[in-house]
Amino acid sequence: MQLLEKHKNIIDFTLSSLWRRKGKNISLIVVYTFIIFLVASVMFFTHSIRKEAALVLRDAPEMMVQRLVAGRHELIPVRYMDEIGKIRGVQSVKPRLWGYYYDPANGANYTLVVKDELKDSVGSVRVGSGVARSLLISENAAIPFKTHDGAYLVLKVKSIIPSESELVSADLVLISEGDFRRIFAIPDGYATDLTLNVRNSKELTTIAAKITQIFPDTRPILRDEILRTYDAVFNWRGGLVIVVLSCAFFAFIILAWDKATGLSAEEKREIGILKAIGWETSDVLQMKFWEGVVVSLSSFLLGVLLAYLHVFFASSALFESALKGWSVLYPEFRLTPFIQAYHIATLFFLTVVPYTVSTIVPSWRAATIEPDSVMRA
Amino acid sequence: MLERKSHLFLLFVTISVLFWGLMFAHAVYRQRADEVLFQQKRALVGWLGLTDLCLFTDARYTRNPSMADMNTPFQDYPLSFEHFPSGSLLSLPPHLRAHAEDR
Amino acid sequence: MIEVDNIRKVFNMGKPNEFVAIEGVSLSIEARKATALKGPSGSGKTTLLSILGCMSRPTSGRITLLDREITSLPERFLTDIRRGTFGFIFQQFNLLKGITALENVMVPAYPSGEKHSALKERAMSLLSLFNMAGKADSKVEWLSGGEAQRVAIARALINNPSTIIADEPTAHLDTKLSGELMGIMRALKEDGKTILIASHDPMVYESDVIDRVVEMRDGKVTHA
Repeated sequence: MQLLEKHKNIIDFTLSSLWRRKGKNISLIVVYTFIIFLVASVMFFTHSIRKEAALVLRDAPEMMVQRLVAGRHELIPVRYMDEIGKIRGVQSVKPRLWGYYYDPANGANYTLVVKDELKDSVGSVRVGSGVARSLLISENAAIPFKTHDGAYLVLKVKSIIPSESELVSADLVLISEGDFRRIFAIPDGYATDLTLNVRNSKELTTIAAKITQIFPDTRPILRDEILRTYDAVFNWRGGLVIVVLSCAFFAFIILAWDKATGLSAEEKREIGILKAIGWETSDVLQMKFWEGVVVSLSSFLLGVLLAYLHVFFASSALFESALKGWSVLYPEFRLTPFIQAYHIATLFFLTVVPYTVSTIVPSWRAATIEPDSVMRA
Repeated sequence: MLERKSHLFLLFVTISVLFWGLMFAHAVYRQRADEVLFQQKRALVGWLGLTDLCLFTDARYTRNPSMADMNTPFQDYPLSFEHFPSGSLLSLPPHLRAHAEDR
Repeated sequence: MIEVDNIRKVFNMGKPNEFVAIEGVSLSIEARKATALKGPSGSGKTTLLSILGCMSRPTSGRITLLDREITSLPERFLTDIRRGTFGFIFQQFNLLKGITALENVMVPAYPSGEKHSALKERAMSLLSLFNMAGKADSKVEWLSGGEAQRVAIARALINNPSTIIADEPTAHLDTKLSGELMGIMRALKEDGKTILIASHDPMVYESDVIDRVVEMRDGKVTHA
């Protein structure tokens, strides 16, 4: 009880002391909170996207076979299917027709996907909610598609894919094969790529190796590799993410440096007075500890909460321009929250602990001076 | 009771911790509530044979990173720089790195 | 009550600006009496005062408090003793800026973990004693010299010490306030406290409150 009261007293004094330079300390907390907010937002966002991908892409095709010519993705001859189908362990091979369509009307890119089910509904399409938003259309609207020969093919919107699945379907246009070939002039014996189903998933790599043997111009891609792609997305080692994190890190170093390079004459004098009126060295250091904790803990608690609100209630609004890039069509990042306690704990140890330490350590020397120095000042 | 500054601070910490509790609870709640949604999305992916999330629609290799080939980012010219902003957010899919090593 | 035996204090030992503040001082301070240290600035009064008040240690020599030798006591115990035995009033008052008068009075007792309400009451009654109750919530920057002086005295009394030590307390006070100060000292002495004042102000060392004058010059006691 006495210990608690002592700490409350010291916190009282620390808060009075911080309040004395309230401009400086409030801006310190604001900046600190903002840094933590940024880092935590990036953490929440990237982790949730990874979880989303891991959960949602589990039923992606087991294997895809692409054809590469001169290092570029090329159309694959459908007759390749015959040879591939003969490989032991392959259950089925199907051709996939899909491609990108650039719409000059709004400057957006759509992903056109052919689905057998639609072959009876020539002349109509199903579009993703991102497409609908971008064109400001609803059901039964008509979209003119510019074909390879400059003509226009007008297709009716049969339905819009619900926006709950935006993260996989925002830019999709589901189309019949006939319409697809009209738009893109893909010759009859060709497809975009092939998808495979195998009997035993353990054989995937062997089968992939055999395929490259038979057709050296192909590249098989496994479901496993797809999933791992998204593990690496927004990897902290890449691109913009590391820029953001580095800025945050350096800003933080600057803050801590300001503390660590020693006390001002006024602070030293204050410590001298405290020692002269009866505070021990340990009491002074406890005060410095609380000084560090009050600032860093408050910022940490606030920053993380704000980051959570930002990412999961405001759809990461602040990252919008970075995420949007040059995309005209942009999914609403309504993510399901997945928090990793490990990340948060790491953030805590990388922010609160160093800051508190950098508040205590420079005061060590001043805290151990003989109190009488204050008498002769 | 609240005239002591230390009490104010402790109150602030307590309230924040409560909100943190809410935050975790909310996350768990949303995860459970969205399970149906995930099933639906998974089904859609399976039905359409999709391979990627729709995150960026500005370039082919950012729209379908798992399908990307190595040189599309430099499509204009062998020495050209990455020019799509979203490309700087994505790092190279691991299987492309592996394939490059095979060659 | 306090005895020093052949003490010597050297500052910046071994460095080019080495300086001997006091040399060969032996002195015995009597309890419940008021002693004045008289001498010009540079005579070592402040140094001796801080050694007597356990604020610093002598370079050599011994110091005894209530028949207990405290020369080489570890800092923790020394601070404990100092907190309970001595109340300091500094020349510059040395009040903590930016906080209220009441908080200033309470701060010396913070580390003891005493119950807040009890401490606050005691601090308020001390301030009332010096007619400062009305200014309890004022920031110290806004106090006049005399008011700050009284807050400094109240602060010195918060831990109920047996000895009051004051270093040039009248340096920033006019005649009237100096007289008031000596009046307060008289009252404290009557209360049973030991008083120790360093001053070169005749209003102090010639006052009838003072029982004994110790003269110093160039770091040595010239008359005890």
